[in-house]
Amino acid sequence: MYNSDKVIPGIIIFVLFVTLPIWWNHGKTVAAPQPELPQGRCVESKEYMRSHHMQLLNQWRNMAIRDGMRVYTSSDGARFWIGLQNGCMKCHHDKSKFCDRCHQFAAVEPYCWNCHIPPETKKFGPPKATKLLKLFHVPVTLGDSQEGEE
Amino acid sequence: MLEKALVGSRKYWLWLAFLGTLIFIGFLAFLAQLQYGLGITGMSRDVSWGFYVAQFTFLVGVAASGVMVVLPYYLHNHKVFGPVTIFGEFLAIAAVIMCLLFIIVDIGQTHRLFNVLLHPTPHSMLFYDMIVLNGYLALNVICGWAALHGEYKGTHYPKWVKPFIYLSIPWAFSIHTVTAFLYAGLPGRHFWLTAVMAPRFLASAFCSGPALLLIAILIAQKVSKFRVDPKAIDTLSKIITYALLANIFLFGCELFTAFYSHIPGHMASIVYLFKGLHGHTEWVIFMWTAWLLMAAAALILVIPPLRRNLNTLVLACIMLFIGAWIDKGIGLLTGGFTPTPFETVTPYRPTVPELLISLGIWATGFLIMTVLFKIAIAVKEARAA
Amino acid sequence: MDRRKFLKLAAISASLAGGVPGFFNREVKAKNYSPPPGALTARRWGMAIDIKKCWEEPECNDCIKACHHIHNVPNIPEKKKEIKWIWKDEFEHVFPDKPNEFNNLVFSHKPFILLCNHCKHPPCVRVCPTQATFKREDGIVMMDYHRCIGCRFCMAACPFGARSFNWVDPRPYIQDPNPEFPTRMKGVVEKCLFCYERLEKGQIPACVEACKRKALIFGDLEDENSEIAQVLKSRFSIRRKPELGTGPSVFYLIG
Repeated sequence: MYNSDKVIPGIIIFVLFVTLPIWWNHGKTVAAPQPELPQGRCVESKEYMRSHHMQLLNQWRNMAIRDGMRVYTSSDGARFWIGLQNGCMKCHHDKSKFCDRCHQFAAVEPYCWNCHIPPETKKFGPPKATKLLKLFHVPVTLGDSQEGEE
Repeated sequence: MLEKALVGSRKYWLWLAFLGTLIFIGFLAFLAQLQYGLGITGMSRDVSWGFYVAQFTFLVGVAASGVMVVLPYYLHNHKVFGPVTIFGEFLAIAAVIMCLLFIIVDIGQTHRLFNVLLHPTPHSMLFYDMIVLNGYLALNVICGWAALHGEYKGTHYPKWVKPFIYLSIPWAFSIHTVTAFLYAGLPGRHFWLTAVMAPRFLASAFCSGPALLLIAILIAQKVSKFRVDPKAIDTLSKIITYALLANIFLFGCELFTAFYSHIPGHMASIVYLFKGLHGHTEWVIFMWTAWLLMAAAALILVIPPLRRNLNTLVLACIMLFIGAWIDKGIGLLTGGFTPTPFETVTPYRPTVPELLISLGIWATGFLIMTVLFKIAIAVKEARAA
Repeated sequence: MDRRKFLKLAAISASLAGGVPGFFNREVKAKNYSPPPGALTARRWGMAIDIKKCWEEPECNDCIKACHHIHNVPNIPEKKKEIKWIWKDEFEHVFPDKPNEFNNLVFSHKPFILLCNHCKHPPCVRVCPTQATFKREDGIVMMDYHRCIGCRFCMAACPFGARSFNWVDPRPYIQDPNPEFPTRMKGVVEKCLFCYERLEKGQIPACVEACKRKALIFGDLEDENSEIAQVLKSRFSIRRKPELGTGPSVFYLIG
């Protein structure tokens, strides 16, 4: 092989680099997440919801919004009103104690809550300034402008 | 062949570093836009497309114009264009990539871009635009690279490339036609609702694109040992002349229809652009500049001695390029959105971050174009030596 | 590699290619979906606005307030970037082709209520590249905010200026959020949806309910016995820009 003195160390460094998270976290343990479960039953079994809630939610939103199918009949015949704010969160009263616990553990950030309002949210904060916005002198709050209209 | 792009003069590297800086600044501005939203631009509820979409439209034209050197060579056996076709194809590659980047920065939910593929919608013109633009990019990469590789190896390009080359010719017309159809099929936007939209798009593209190509070839001749037959320059300048005249003629047709019919909706946008409406005269100076530049360029180009003189030819090319760019890059969009559906005027002014992002994309295009042209020239120089 | 080995390998990779995506896409168990019981339904929803009744209360903005509150429509102070589902504008802007230089006493500068026309042939739906906006069977031009990529083609296509874009995150501009309805996020287009979420629960649209003069009449245009069909038969009405052929479902009773 040509340049094997460079290629082989290069491959080794590359492999070490991409597996860095494994070495870095080796031997550390993190407690399993403990989401707070409400009393009573969910639309489907706990095991099913744990593994498939994302597919179910995706199907729900398509059926409800696109086909007007607002009512869900679960595998055991119980009927539920489809909705995140008006369905799921009527039992799961607190997003931070339910959704977030596992999502943070799994390092996933679903953007449901960019639009849907978590039950514990009563008010929205003001817009945030960031370094980048300051760099480009972007006015953070949309103000009154005199322009426009004829 | 890529290694040819890695050796170059100090000037070459300085030029690349300059473009790289612009790209970096543009990228930072784009990150700011991702954080803040498209509110960072000057667009509004009434003028909901602006500089980005305008640049996109103009550059689709530049991309399509590559066909103006490919077509005479492959369909009419116009031999002197042989060494030039590769530049037409590489120009197209750079332009299409810029187009795609302008679309990416223009949409509000960037990470949902692939919904267009996930939910294909054949009744939307954007669906076809996506197909023709990506197809055109692929065709030019295949044809350009195969042809150059043949030259690099000292052989002819492989046979299988031929059908792709022939396909790329009608495809070039399709990209700008579909782009015109984005606008020309919308009810209530009188300025765009015109059957000559696609022909005029093609005409303005086939003068401005080859003008850019001609300037790029002349620069290449200055900085390298690469030479084209003067006859190729002559043919190219004639193509530019006819296309520019067609563009002016088609615009004249628009003026006639609007003002002779005297229908207020048809006149309003043109009045806004060239005279001002309800006291808003933002773009009047730009529009007059654009059309005076194009008219003057046409005058230079139709006088044979001036067209053959490289200095005046380059001057005319620069003038018509700027003119066509203002006309399509600013006039088309602001004119289309003004007056608003409520017969009011909402002025649009691009913001600094918006312009920086656009500049970054143009720099990306020029970077791609420089590197590809450099490779092509190096291959041709090596052949000649 | 000999032929047999190649075939074996091909068979294994083909079964893998078939099996792996199947594993990831495991379909949700067979379940049933049904429309909500007690929902209001129609063949084509429409609205008639009795504009003279509306003028009896010149200072009234009840319909706008009700709609914008329950749908979490932000109140953005910069006019150029504002978001509105239902709003007022003067006659000259609403019907730009109608003013008449000799007879402008009745309507001149009078306010008209504006909202999405829920067109029969909606150009916004035609141009949307992802079907994020689509027409339901009951005539409502719907928005699926989950799918909108924010290309704003629909805004260019709408001849009525009914659509608004979220140029920034709208949330800081919502003072009193309604927990029953979502907000939108930056980068999507929004508009009036004829209160599809209320119709599902058997309620009429919020603006119609809020109007104390009963100036807004909502109903099924294709049901001969509905109030709206009756009133459109007996009184003179106009629509915005009918010459464009979009077939608006919002009528203005002016006679």
